[in-house]
Amino acid sequence: MDIRFQFMKYRKIAGLISIFLFTISVLSLSFRGLSLGLDFSGGTLVEVTYETPVDLEIIRDTLKDNGFEDSQVINFGTNLDVLIKVADQNGNSSVGDSVYSLLTEKGFIGELKRVEFVGPQVGAELRDQGGLGMLVALFMILMYVAFRFQYKFALGAVTALGHDVVIILGLFSIFAWDFDLTVLAALLAVIGYSLNDTIVVSDRIRENFRLQREMEPQMMIDLSLNQTLGRTVVTSLTTLLVLFALFIFGGEMIKGFSLALILGVLVGTYSSIYVVANMLMSLILTQEDLAIPEPEGADFDELP
Amino acid sequence: MNKFSITQYLLILTVLVFGFIYALPNLFPTQPSIQVAYTDSGKSADQVLLNDLNKLLSTNQVEYEDISIRDNKIVIKFPNLEAQLASKTILQKALLDKVIVALNLEPTTPTWLKDIGGKPVKLGLDLSGGVHFLLEVDIETAQQGRLELLLDNYRKTFKEDRLKITSSSINDLKLNFKFNDRESYNKALSKYRLDSPGVNGLQYIITERPSSNTLSLEYSDVALREIRDYAVGQNLTTLRNRVNELGVSEPIVQRQGSNRIVVQLPGVQDPTAAKKIIGKTANLEFRLEANSRTSPLRKEEFNFKENDYSTAFLEKAVVVSGDRVTNASTGFDESGLSQVNITLDMQGGRAMQKATSGNIGRRLAVLFVEQKNKSELVINKNGNKVIEQTSYIEKNIISLATIQAVLGTSFRITGVGSPQEASELALLLRAGALAAPMKFVEERTVGPSLGKENIELGMRSIMIGLALVVIFMTFYYRIFGLAANISLLINLVLITGIMSLLGATLTLPGIAGIVLTVGMAVDANVLIFARIREELKEKDPQTAIKDGFSRAFITIFDANITTLIAALILYVIGTGPVKGFAITLSIGILTSMFTAIICTRAMVNLIYGNKNIKELKI
Repeated sequence: MDIRFQFMKYRKIAGLISIFLFTISVLSLSFRGLSLGLDFSGGTLVEVTYETPVDLEIIRDTLKDNGFEDSQVINFGTNLDVLIKVADQNGNSSVGDSVYSLLTEKGFIGELKRVEFVGPQVGAELRDQGGLGMLVALFMILMYVAFRFQYKFALGAVTALGHDVVIILGLFSIFAWDFDLTVLAALLAVIGYSLNDTIVVSDRIRENFRLQREMEPQMMIDLSLNQTLGRTVVTSLTTLLVLFALFIFGGEMIKGFSLALILGVLVGTYSSIYVVANMLMSLILTQEDLAIPEPEGADFDELP
Repeated sequence: MNKFSITQYLLILTVLVFGFIYALPNLFPTQPSIQVAYTDSGKSADQVLLNDLNKLLSTNQVEYEDISIRDNKIVIKFPNLEAQLASKTILQKALLDKVIVALNLEPTTPTWLKDIGGKPVKLGLDLSGGVHFLLEVDIETAQQGRLELLLDNYRKTFKEDRLKITSSSINDLKLNFKFNDRESYNKALSKYRLDSPGVNGLQYIITERPSSNTLSLEYSDVALREIRDYAVGQNLTTLRNRVNELGVSEPIVQRQGSNRIVVQLPGVQDPTAAKKIIGKTANLEFRLEANSRTSPLRKEEFNFKENDYSTAFLEKAVVVSGDRVTNASTGFDESGLSQVNITLDMQGGRAMQKATSGNIGRRLAVLFVEQKNKSELVINKNGNKVIEQTSYIEKNIISLATIQAVLGTSFRITGVGSPQEASELALLLRAGALAAPMKFVEERTVGPSLGKENIELGMRSIMIGLALVVIFMTFYYRIFGLAANISLLINLVLITGIMSLLGATLTLPGIAGIVLTVGMAVDANVLIFARIREELKEKDPQTAIKDGFSRAFITIFDANITTLIAALILYVIGTGPVKGFAITLSIGILTSMFTAIICTRAMVNLIYGNKNIKELKI
């Protein structure tokens, strides 16, 4: 098979772009931080629908004058939906009711769509659990890939995942998008998806290396990337198709979720080509690394 | 080449039929219904109640389709929402507090489907609308209460044994006794050691300070765990009773973690009212009225609940607290006056017997303990006005009655006023018992309209996403694409069937998980097809198909296992909606492997198997 795209020719530039994006993300995360959603920050959220558009400025002032000084008021989806977020007040769980009845009293009569209250302790716990879950996921995947492939692939895969996760987190930090539990869920799904890609590419690299062709590693990797390119593009495309359907038609409550996934698919596709292969090149993958054919490969061949 | 045996086809067909049957209940619409249960949770609905209801509905000329007994409840089905609402009012007016009437939407699953366990997918609160509460049980207060009881008991025992106590106190959840001399100190120490062994290990951690003749005692981890389990368990029971009062058709009340309780009330329209009833942080205490011999240090003054101006002095020691009450009902005494009959558990009965045996003729008070919140506008350090909420405990006497005889596990309180007041007292005694106070740590309310909107939006995204993928696949892979598309549809049916069968909850992120699965499920087929295309360059079509499938299998397997790992972790760390996402994603991964590899292969085999193909269009 001929090599149509010489991916590895640009690996240095790609590496620089990755490092640049990664650094910016880390910087933004450490200085700006994430704008944590209710699930992690704790506090109260009230969503009200009005029949006619209301002036958010007046609502803001009303809230401020009545003891809810630390509150955000925004439109949610349409200009008839108003979302009010109030920072935690010593774990007081009735802030939502108070806000809604205050607004009703001041003449803003609308339908209460949802109230969410998360206590400060629960928020902190979810933060810890979320972070821990992410690390556990990365570690377990590292172990699995090391077991099924080889440690160089595992390092490549986990670097790619870390790269994807940090850059998406960075984007959420830079643009101050709300980071809530559904976005965390999306991020874990991205780990799964991006890995999917990585494994398909790694699998082909392994296969070609084992065929022991007289070829430079760089050529070998380029060949593998070209062979899997069709599949990578088609899968990314179908996944992006449904994700855009979700982003556009799925409603305001899962916008953040679908956004994180869309970014994840884009970054994940890029990283499975450039980050993984780049790592393998840097770690100098040799044919000896993969010399012994694994017996389970033969077993699986018979199954389907 | 590329033929499955009849058995293989049959096996695949069996799985498909199975999945289809269990997905079927989701196609039937729901029907408005009413569930009627006796207020007394010990009583299950019977033929008598059924006949009563039947008569009531017939006399009021309400149209209904079916009435039957199911799981201690009577279920009445209606042709429309108007009949349902009208009947609720009629039944409530006629039967008052005797029964709880709950509105529900009953699935119209046919009986044969129900008999084999078929049921529609359970909807999460974000789709059905309703309230989710997470309550935290305050274990420290429970512990403090226990310590106070312990302090009192030891003070009595030590006094009886003539030990000389200088002082006693409770500090930082530690019980401290200081003695006059070494002899008393030693005796007390051996008493502690004698008392400490429990069923699961030592109950006390004793700190000895012989130099100052001081002993302190705190609960061991074993004892703390017991206290916690007891408090959470008791609160769980109480919450279930309270939730039953609300008349919600399918509530969930569950322990979560060590000291939290989840309450989910699907379809509740008025969350504020629900919160009020659930959050009623009431408890009861039975205490003896203080008499002339009670030391001033050992008594407290309380107001009567009904009358702010009269007060009474009660002993500080609690005889029995409300969590020991197992039942309370109203009745009439010999002279036709209302009374409340109370039943205590064994431990409560013993304590009551001990306390009353020497005290006939004295009065016993029922004290109502309520945790209340006070909101105040205060000025914070930035000079802004903020609302500050402080909680405080209010205790009021709800009954003060003379002890006529030694009391045990069951006794009665007479002179409780009107029948109305008696039944209120009984209700408070029954449902008002919390072993420890609780506070709300999380609350999520979803209005019914938002739930409906979420379902519509979710379904629309699935449909649009599906359509886009199907069009793309057909265009790109032709016949193979069609096979993949059929597999995709089968996959959706299987996900629905498995979720319905397992009773897994579908949430909004869960729908997103399905959408994502639609996108990713074709990946396996894309991998296979891409591989077949490649193999075609060197091999004949039949071999290419065979090798394409088998070569791609390992890759698909590895790729899916890792996603499954991520989904499992998500399930463990996530709450409610996110758990829903993890569930659909995991199920989707497993079913998509089956459909994409096996079903697609079966179709490809059916089309191309054993045929002489010159050119394969893929």
